[in-house]
Amino acid sequence: MSSEEQQGPSLEEMLRRLEHIVGKLEREDLDLERALALFEEGVSHIRSAQKILSVTELRVQRLLADREGPYLEDMPAERP
Amino acid sequence: MTWDLFDAHEPPEPADRGAPKEKAVSNRVRPLTVAGVNALARGILESSYPPLWVAGEVTGWKRAPTGHCYFTLRDRTAQIRCVMFQSDVARLPMVPDEGMEVRALGTLTLYEQRGDFQLKVRTLEGEGVGGLWRVAFEKLRRRLEQEGVLAAERKRPIPRHPATVGVVTSPVGAALHDILEVLGKRAPWTEVVFSPARVQGEGAARDIARAIRLFARANVADVLIVGRGGGSTEDLWAFNEEQVARAIAASPIPVISAVGHEVDVTIADLVADVRAPTPSAAAERAVPDRTAILRELSAWDARLVRGLERRATVQRHRLEAMQEDMAAAFDWRLRETRTKLAALAGKLEALSPLAALRRGYSVVTDEAGHVLRSVTKFEPGARVNVRVQDGVVVCRVDSTESRDHEQ
Repeated sequence: MSSEEQQGPSLEEMLRRLEHIVGKLEREDLDLERALALFEEGVSHIRSAQKILSVTELRVQRLLADREGPYLEDMPAERP
Repeated sequence: MTWDLFDAHEPPEPADRGAPKEKAVSNRVRPLTVAGVNALARGILESSYPPLWVAGEVTGWKRAPTGHCYFTLRDRTAQIRCVMFQSDVARLPMVPDEGMEVRALGTLTLYEQRGDFQLKVRTLEGEGVGGLWRVAFEKLRRRLEQEGVLAAERKRPIPRHPATVGVVTSPVGAALHDILEVLGKRAPWTEVVFSPARVQGEGAARDIARAIRLFARANVADVLIVGRGGGSTEDLWAFNEEQVARAIAASPIPVISAVGHEVDVTIADLVADVRAPTPSAAAERAVPDRTAILRELSAWDARLVRGLERRATVQRHRLEAMQEDMAAAFDWRLRETRTKLAALAGKLEALSPLAALRRGYSVVTDEAGHVLRSVTKFEPGARVNVRVQDGVVVCRVDSTESRDHEQ
């Protein structure tokens, strides 16, 4: 996993959270302040998800192992 | 070359080649050693025929510590000892069962140390459809089935939006290229981690199993694609081997198998959480399409806005109701206050000097407005204002008389 993804939530997590937020907004009797906070969180997830989706270049790494254990190394994109 | 063996002990006379002519000659010729005659016989046997296909029933299969295997092929009337070297055995999908009908390809030879006539087998095939491969496949499938490894409830769901896709396949060959192309087209934000493995030939199964376990140890993928492009049954065999099946079954990361073309079902396919017919199809199964997610996101967006609006509307209605309540309360207070005020005003009026004026009293002030309460304040000729109930009378002081003065 890349360092960016380790910092923020993954696309999967964001979409799950969105589902949860929308469900709460639609079903629960929230006060306006809480509803607004949820709405803002939802919008920020949509923005970050869109940012993730804007990546256009596939990144490929190679998983190998030596005596110390598994390690990753970058694999240059080959276009045969 | 076969005859060179004679040179080892005695050069035969040229005329003696072929068959000895007379008994008397044998006295002069030194006998062959046993080793010599076996070598001679072996030479004859090995040069007599090209490799032969021999059909028969396998019996007494034994593996020596060296890995070489010994067995007997027999039919109703005869039998022949067979040897199969370790490197050839390693290519078999399985060791044949006792009594199994097979076809063996081998050369005739002689095991010199024992003088045993034998068939040196290079390869073995089971008789019937699919032969030994089919039998081996069915055996392993049945075993795994009994253990519950193939059970539907063991299948794990594939995450819908994997951040990282792991790939186990050959570093050469079309499979990797196909997978990367599909992932790049559908979901280029996905991280791809590739662990190379040989996918055919000796050691392939071990390589594949090791790569799958490596992903588990490194914990770097949300889903694994394990596979290769199409090929012959023999080419795909690694994916029918038990160690690959076990590695897939033990993988904590869900596995999509992608072996060959659609027609070939392998054990790996049966154990995997999802079976894809080709490497490209596996990649499609692993990641969602960009447009699908964008659609999903905009749907969430719309529902978020609607959800908030609904909450806001509810709140506004509540607020309006509260305003109405407050207004009503205020009205009531106002009316009450007014009544109170009127009562107070009545009381006040009773006490007011104006009331005194109405009763006929008046108030005299000087021009500056000071109330003149004593005759001493009045100057004869000064102008004073007499305030009566309905106005002011301006007067001039004529004279003053003090009550004290009178007394």
